[in-house]
Amino acid sequence: MIARPGGAVWFAAHEWRLARRDWLAMITAGRRERWRRAVCAIAIFVIFLHVVAYWTVGRYAAAVPDQPTLAAVTATMLLSWFLMISQAMESTTRAFYSRSDLDLILASPAAVARLFAVRIATVAFSVAMMALPLGAPFIDMLIVLGGWRWAGAYGVVAAMAAAATALAVGLTVALFRVIGAKRTRFVAQVVAAVIGAAFVIGLQVAAILSYGTVSRLSVLQSRSTLALAPDAASIVWWPARAALGDATALVGVLCLSLVLLGAVIAMVASRFGEYAVTAASAGASSKVQARPTGGFRPTSPRRALRRKEWALLRRDPWLVSQTAMQMLYLIPPALLLWRSFTASDGAYQLLVPVLVMAAGQLAGGLAWLAISGEDAPDLVAAAPVPPRYIVQAKIEAVVGIIAVVFAPLVAVLAVASPWHALVSFAGIALAAAAATAIQLWFRSQAKRSQFRRRQVSSRLATFAEAFSSIGWAATATVAATSVVLAVAPASLTLLVVAGAWFMSPRSAPRAA
Amino acid sequence: MQHVAPPLALEIHALTKHFDRPAVDGLNLTVRFGEFYALLGPNGAGKSTTLRMIAGLLRPDAGSIHVAGIDALADPVAAKQVMAWISDEPMIYDKLTPLEYLEFIAGLWRVEPVQARSRAQELLDWLDLLPHAHERCEGFSKGMRQKVALAGALVHDPRLIILDEPLTGLDAGSARQVKSVLRERVGAGGTVIMTTHILEVAERMADRIGVIAHGRLIAEGTLDELRRKAGTDAAGGVGTGNDASLEDTFLALVAAPAEAA
Repeated sequence: MIARPGGAVWFAAHEWRLARRDWLAMITAGRRERWRRAVCAIAIFVIFLHVVAYWTVGRYAAAVPDQPTLAAVTATMLLSWFLMISQAMESTTRAFYSRSDLDLILASPAAVARLFAVRIATVAFSVAMMALPLGAPFIDMLIVLGGWRWAGAYGVVAAMAAAATALAVGLTVALFRVIGAKRTRFVAQVVAAVIGAAFVIGLQVAAILSYGTVSRLSVLQSRSTLALAPDAASIVWWPARAALGDATALVGVLCLSLVLLGAVIAMVASRFGEYAVTAASAGASSKVQARPTGGFRPTSPRRALRRKEWALLRRDPWLVSQTAMQMLYLIPPALLLWRSFTASDGAYQLLVPVLVMAAGQLAGGLAWLAISGEDAPDLVAAAPVPPRYIVQAKIEAVVGIIAVVFAPLVAVLAVASPWHALVSFAGIALAAAAATAIQLWFRSQAKRSQFRRRQVSSRLATFAEAFSSIGWAATATVAATSVVLAVAPASLTLLVVAGAWFMSPRSAPRAA
Repeated sequence: MQHVAPPLALEIHALTKHFDRPAVDGLNLTVRFGEFYALLGPNGAGKSTTLRMIAGLLRPDAGSIHVAGIDALADPVAAKQVMAWISDEPMIYDKLTPLEYLEFIAGLWRVEPVQARSRAQELLDWLDLLPHAHERCEGFSKGMRQKVALAGALVHDPRLIILDEPLTGLDAGSARQVKSVLRERVGAGGTVIMTTHILEVAERMADRIGVIAHGRLIAEGTLDELRRKAGTDAAGGVGTGNDASLEDTFLALVAAPAEAA
């Protein structure tokens, strides 16, 4: 069947082709000959996830829909749903503001409402597809061990994606109307990030305040929570019931979410073109005045480079929100620190790896921005400054931010437990240094706006950075108890870092 | 008394750079101080590669580059100190204002702050950017961005300015401003080396014109000298007489080696 040009099916085919090619390019890193290797890697990963799922959820295969089970399943689904809303908000914001093909389509006589109806449906589809790689192995194992009733969980994933998209589109459009096109882009992205993290962090904060640990389950399994929860027959548990094999609940949840998505598409799609044009105008007319400087300050090239890095980061709210997202995860340990100020060493022991891990991840992101995300590489390379000074200045800029963020936390920890503060300090320094070094070895020129996709440019660097941060966090945890025992994880982490250096491209572009 | 020749603004000898094919192939070039030199050539002739090697952004495979008597390959920092380079698509920082951008560049070139500030004000005024001095560059048009980049190149008072297609995409007013600034620099004893595809600009502004094809300098001189050479090489082809435009001359010159090959 050949779809009528300009119709919904035709647009859907167009979107599908673009999405398929994008996905292929991402999986194969733009090289088609890597396709077979990518398929093998995915197959191995899928098998690995199924093994993990077998050990993790196997014992729940025979679960019955009683109140504690329904509460635990609902909480797990809520956690995923919040992440889906976050993902859907990101995609919706992109649909408004990304100009890639929008100008072409808006300038054509095609009915844009159809395009946007398809795009919203695509968002729902992609949100479900993003959730399935991680969710499917668990559902599969539950089906294998507990029977076909668990297949309903797939329907619940689809319903959750549809409802999340409907809510995300509604939220974004509401922001558009309330705060205007200019601010919506930034605010929507921050809201998306916060929603993504809020549920995890919220549960941890509740657990810390109530029970003094960061365990999320401690809240869900508590008697007080279950006493407040509705009884097992309540409609509130329908999504959980649907996942556990209740066909009536599944049909109800699916119908409700699809009707919700359909209603949002019907209400919003026809005005999407208008919003997109407004968003484009907001971008084109942005004139931001900076505070006038009194005079040029005495400086050296290194200081000028450091100042530039800090100014660029400070003035880019999107980048700040993306990097600050990692800092949101520091709220629970900071709270724990405050709660446990007079408690035993156990609480501090928990803080050390969180601080070290966060420092590694933050340093990696900042180092990418400073080293690879240089917007004017030729200008800097053409300056009369030795290349090593340029690199040093950029590393100093990263270290400066890490110091500003972590010094207060370590200082407070030092008052409560000097030993843990010392270990944290060493761990933070090592994790930040390793992450920065990895970014330096794998540097490749990119635009700062590609920050979110930086992982795609080198998966090796991404994995090395993550394993290095985890390794230094583990080393610090062990070192807090025994420095001698910490030699083993430290050696392993050094091997990871050395391996990254060994595999890094030796021919990275360097100024002459 | 022995006569010592003053150093040249730029002296290139046997410069060579290969990518998958020879991009610059044994290029020899000299430019004097106080000269406006236009480098012409068809697409892929090696102009930009040559300029990037002079600016220290690419390392040549062979040959030598001297900038104001300084060996640019042995002491790139000293060579960069006396020159400025602007690409055809100058990258400026969207989140900085023109004044902050100039302060950053002054810092990189170690210009004394008071002097840099006054020079920056003067340049922004000259280029009609003063009303936008405290606006972030993210909303600027291509012409304004080009002018900010030009101000950045001039704020440290370079002796040699290298420009790769500086007038591409500029409106008539902006192009005139840029040309006027460049002429003023040459008048004050500076040197400008510029690539351009707008032959009319080269014809009007350049003291000498060099023509590159296949990575080699195939002709060099004033417009009259080029006309004569084109007349010889092309054996009196169309438009290669004394009244021929630079366009006719240029096409005749670049066609000759291609035919010979």
